[in-house]
Amino acid sequence: MNKYILLRHRDIPNLKDLQIYQENGGFAAFRKIVTGLTPDQVMQEVKASGLRGRGGAGFPTGVKWSFLPTNLWPHYVVANADESEPGTFKDREILEENPYQFLEGLAIASYAVQANTSYVYLRGEFDPLAAGLDRCIAAMEAAGLLGDNLFGTSYSLRLHTHLGAGAYVCGEETALLESLEGRRGLPRLRPPFPAVVGLYGKPTVINNVETLTNLPPILENGATWYRTIGTEKSPGPKVFCLSGRVKQPGNYEMPLGTTFRKLIYEYGGGILDDRPIKAIMPAGASSALIPATEAVLDTPMDYEAVAQVGSPLGSASVIILDDTVRMDWLANKTAHFFSHESCGKCTPCREGTYWMAHLTDRIAAGKAEAQDVELLHDVTSQIQGKCFCALGEFSIMAVRSGIELFRADFDARAKRVES
Amino acid sequence: MVTIYIDGKPYQVDAGQNLLHICLSMGINLPYFCWHPAMGSVGACRQCAVKQFRDENDTRGRLVMACMTPAVEGLRISVQDPQAVEFRASIIEWLMENHPHDCPVCDEGGECHLQDMTVMTGHTYRHYRWKKRTFRNQNLGPFINHEMNRCIQCYRCVRFYRGFAGGRDFDAFSNHNTVYFGRKTDGVLESEFSGNLVEVCPTGVFTDKTFRKHYTRKWDLQTAPSVCVNCSLGCNTTPGERYGQLRRIRNRYNFNVNGYFLCDRGRYGYEFVNSDRRIRQARLRRNREAAFESVAPDEGLQRIKEIVKKSGRTIGIGSPRASLESNFALRTLVGPEHFFSGATVKDHELVTEAIKILRDIPSSMASLHEVETSDAALVLGEDVNNVAPMAAYALRQSVRCKPQAISQKLKISDWDDTAAREAVQDQKGPLYLATIADTRLDDMATRTFHASPQEIARLGFAVAHQISPTAPQPENLDSAALELSKMIAQDLKDAESPVVVSGCSLEEKSILYAAANVVQALRSIGKPARLFLTLPESNSLGLELLEPGSLNQAFAIAREDNVEAAIILENDLYRRSNPALLEAFFKSIPSVIVLDSLDNPTAQKADVLLPAATFAESDGTLVNNESRAQRYFQVFVPQDDIKESWVWLRAIGDALGQEEPGARKTFDGLIADMVKELPFLAPVQEISPASGFRIAGAKIPRQPHRYSGRTSMHANVSVHEPQPPQDPDSPLSFSMEGFLAEPPIEQPPASLIPEFWAPGWNSIQSLNKFQEEVSGPLIGGDPGKRIILPPDPEQAAYFDEIPEPFASRAGELLLAPLYAIYGSEELSIHTPGEAQLTPPLRLEINPRDAQQFNLTGETVLQVSVDSQVFELPLHISASIPEGTAGMICGLPEMPYVALPAWGKVTPKPVNSSTENPG
Ligand SMILES: Cc1cc2nc3c(=O)[nH]c(=O)nc-3n(C[C@H](O)[C@H](O)[C@H](O)COP(=O)(O)O)c2cc1C
Ligand code: SF4
Ligand code: SF4
Ligand code: SF4
Ligand code: FES
Repeated sequence: MNKYILLRHRDIPNLKDLQIYQENGGFAAFRKIVTGLTPDQVMQEVKASGLRGRGGAGFPTGVKWSFLPTNLWPHYVVANADESEPGTFKDREILEENPYQFLEGLAIASYAVQANTSYVYLRGEFDPLAAGLDRCIAAMEAAGLLGDNLFGTSYSLRLHTHLGAGAYVCGEETALLESLEGRRGLPRLRPPFPAVVGLYGKPTVINNVETLTNLPPILENGATWYRTIGTEKSPGPKVFCLSGRVKQPGNYEMPLGTTFRKLIYEYGGGILDDRPIKAIMPAGASSALIPATEAVLDTPMDYEAVAQVGSPLGSASVIILDDTVRMDWLANKTAHFFSHESCGKCTPCREGTYWMAHLTDRIAAGKAEAQDVELLHDVTSQIQGKCFCALGEFSIMAVRSGIELFRADFDARAKRVES
Repeated sequence: MVTIYIDGKPYQVDAGQNLLHICLSMGINLPYFCWHPAMGSVGACRQCAVKQFRDENDTRGRLVMACMTPAVEGLRISVQDPQAVEFRASIIEWLMENHPHDCPVCDEGGECHLQDMTVMTGHTYRHYRWKKRTFRNQNLGPFINHEMNRCIQCYRCVRFYRGFAGGRDFDAFSNHNTVYFGRKTDGVLESEFSGNLVEVCPTGVFTDKTFRKHYTRKWDLQTAPSVCVNCSLGCNTTPGERYGQLRRIRNRYNFNVNGYFLCDRGRYGYEFVNSDRRIRQARLRRNREAAFESVAPDEGLQRIKEIVKKSGRTIGIGSPRASLESNFALRTLVGPEHFFSGATVKDHELVTEAIKILRDIPSSMASLHEVETSDAALVLGEDVNNVAPMAAYALRQSVRCKPQAISQKLKISDWDDTAAREAVQDQKGPLYLATIADTRLDDMATRTFHASPQEIARLGFAVAHQISPTAPQPENLDSAALELSKMIAQDLKDAESPVVVSGCSLEEKSILYAAANVVQALRSIGKPARLFLTLPESNSLGLELLEPGSLNQAFAIAREDNVEAAIILENDLYRRSNPALLEAFFKSIPSVIVLDSLDNPTAQKADVLLPAATFAESDGTLVNNESRAQRYFQVFVPQDDIKESWVWLRAIGDALGQEEPGARKTFDGLIADMVKELPFLAPVQEISPASGFRIAGAKIPRQPHRYSGRTSMHANVSVHEPQPPQDPDSPLSFSMEGFLAEPPIEQPPASLIPEFWAPGWNSIQSLNKFQEEVSGPLIGGDPGKRIILPPDPEQAAYFDEIPEPFASRAGELLLAPLYAIYGSEELSIHTPGEAQLTPPLRLEINPRDAQQFNLTGETVLQVSVDSQVFELPLHISASIPEGTAGMICGLPEMPYVALPAWGKVTPKPVNSSTENPG
């Protein structure tokens, strides 16, 4: 019995060879749907599977596709391979080791919305991965899996890769589109949504690499099979990126709804030096901190349950913090990350992250005054809910929850002012 | 219309309009940065936040950006909500993190939108305690100063420069809080609209470099409403003066004309007013060989009196750059039959013809605003960027009108700038450019057509014929032009408000006829087509409306009718006529009287020279290309013996005892006489209130109420504060005292607003307070009135003077005029910055002709045309049609040649002895 649905290369060596991929059932699903199913049937199947976007927001994939107006053409599909969230490294493994399953998923999505041209947008640092994908795309063309009149039908599809310049914000779907169109990666206001005015002003689906990689098994085995994995509202497998103060960091494919405890202590081998766990960041640097109580450790990792204990699941980049980690230090790290990655479009994020970086520098260096912690909290309040895009919102998560939940860490660093 | 509630009060507003536009239009103060009335919203700065409530029971609400939120029925917002107020103050605090705190040394200080908004939000206390980030500034050329540290990253500049003005050499660079706005490397900004950055930028990043050389705070400038004199469009301006020097020019909003913007020629062309070459005293010469001597004004007048008295006949030569009033005063002095146009013979004919055409279809004349909002355009002959730059700006915007249908179908509001542009991508409405050679508008064009003037006219005739078969058809049109004419005709027919832009610059009458035919043809099929004709100079139309004779007639009369004296008004005839003819003319006239502001070759021929005021020192009326009469007012009282030309001419009349006592001694009286004699000029009397006009018994002050130093300005001369000069000619005063406008409650008529200012609004953004609605007409109506008025006469017949096809000639090239935005215009060239950007003299030739004539890259050419011989460097340019050559006209070093004309072109013989021109 094979263990993996997404990280199948771990079961099957050399899966990144097209022949081996095809020998193991690869492209059967794509061929099946192009020759046998209508786009609408594909969309219904994906809706029925309950697949939710793995890029962060967890939005139902089939529903997203159905937003594309059918009186505006052409349609585009863009695979989001920007993977820039600190602590996230799942898409990379898929792209490096199991590229064809991803590309087949992209082809399936393209067929479902009748896109004839689709793109893979990769972060600039993924240069070698883009070269690898280009070779895969060439091999697919040579094998008749891409091109005109596929499998003797009237459906045609071409795929292209595009490298960004390496900006975190370009993972945000509208900034990604700007970048793909050749401009600076600044987010666009929604509405209009990309489903209506997307790439080159046309209806566009943007899906995460992992989301797309789920499609071939769904179309091959059916929605009912897919729903046997995971939970009712969050079905299917998920690659969890485990990092931080654990013994065995890495990617772990598990059904959604697996508990934190299982991930950290079974798969991850527990905390380094068996120290006490202090907090969890389930969505990379964009997470709010979740204090690692026993109840939290037993929380199933699905979109609803994790959100209830304090942070969205996001891309499931689970960063583990033990008692050696000072939260003022952590806040300082994330503040610097976001002040560097702010695109510079809107004032609260551009200036606010910069200010947070300065304030947390001072706190972490032990040079702050007591009121600086309060000021830091005030700054986060003025950023919260007021930025142009979610990056600004993400930027305060760790800082704000850090102050609210681990105030002592901050106060310990701030000079007491005698009153 | 929908009803919305702002802080509980109901307002009737346009459905779908954004809330910031609405609040400002309603007079509600709401701070903003990234939104601009002419450029719409992008939602970047987050300064315009307001609280939105779900319904009347919702007390929590949520913050939304007013500029990005459309008005829908029943919408409830609060501007005063404490959370919104606090957030808006924190935005300012953030913007101030890195903004230098040194307003006192910033050129923007005192008219800075960031200062105004800071005060408006009440942010005063700074929590941020780190070093500010700093940038390196760039040298952007002679016009614009760059100080990036003052940037608040509102993105207006880059949106204007690239998105609206079509510039390519400016961008936003980098990210996070080091976003940089500038060029890739130092260098002169290429766009002819770059000067608008100064007004578009809400802080002191981009400021006027020419102003910086003689800097004065806005509140210390004496200003008056004025009109640009640097081309025929008549953009409205606000010039400012201090210590007798003209310091700068700013835009003055006019909904129908220039809106929010000016071109760089107009904005920076003012420095001739301060030129060393100004004529400041009356001068006399005993005889033609003697040197000039400066004399008292009375002595000059006395001399003129003697000359004119004994003269059998005095003729007057008017000027297309002098006011209607000065031209009329001259016409009255010498008598209409002795009044001649000071324009070139060709321009005189062309403008006279243009007037006939406009009189045939007055209801179809386009304003600049109508060009901007037309959804299809055909340009016949004009290189608008160089001839009438703001028309190029308007056409650039016009191509965005038709594709608006795409974004509107997607329910994207027109003000949602990023989304609308994204939906439209690079689709453009129809714009056809038929010109001699490449223009800087070509990137916008559906198709360009480069051909000789005749062929351009023939294309126009063909388009008219395609639209309506009753319009005459050019014979033997080549198939490419025929196809193009069909395509153009179709696009114009499909449009809702097509416009045809043409004019006089190619000096080809049949182009005007062709343009008129296209408009007539479109009207005959029920399309409300419009015609926009650019004219040679700022008052070409006003001059020719006075029905002067031509310059050649003046020369003939001088030759044959023993004319004793000629009075030449503000005119350098050496720019208007062949030098040989002029020499003969001056020889044949015993006494030459010249009134002008700058020394020039014609002034050198004067026997009596009187110092004339420039536009900045005069009251007057200019009639722009669409016959809009616009009043400009004295910004300051000229010094030395300088007087307005009409004042001199009136004084001459007085000296001759010609004047009936009374009436014409004032400006009002002069206009009254003019209207009495030429009743069709009646609108001139209505464009601005007469000099007796008062508000609450007071005049309108030219000086802001914060004008400083009044008691000390002249202290080096006398410690007694001098009485301010009186202004008998207008309702404006040369002082701080008078009616203080409090828009929108009470304000002067739009024609008399010396400067836009409102309490709390010191920057140009105060304009919001003077408009009926943001970016709409000014309250009480925009200044200026058309002279040529509907009703239209019966449909005029089509013109049928179709030129023959262009045929090249062996050994000759048809020399056609090209224009340079800096260089072809007489006055602006006296600004050092514009002089610096003037292109070199050269003859542009098609590579095939160059080959045929055996000409190569580095050659200097000998060009024989119009019985003159010039030496001009060769410039090979593929865009010049074969058989023709392009010559930039009006450059100061070039004598006048009537173009187009056939010329012989040969390489300069070695050891040639021909003199270089100039
Ligand atoms: C600042 C920011 C960064 C993001 N980065 C990524 C990313 O690197 N990869 C990704 O797939 N989605 C990223 N997203 C989410 C995308 O905007 C988008 O929701 C996602 O690609 C949709 O795909 P899905 O529906 O398959 O999840 C990011 C969002 C934000 C706001
Ligand atoms: S929130 Fe940050 S990343 Fe997003 S638009 Fe604003 S500045 Fe750019
Ligand atoms: S330079 Fe001026 S206009 Fe441009 S972004 Fe900065 S503040 Fe705005
Ligand atoms: S377009 Fe003409 S009138 Fe307008 S500012 Fe420029 S030169 Fe002056
Ligand atoms: S003015 Fe509304 S966000 Fe900038």
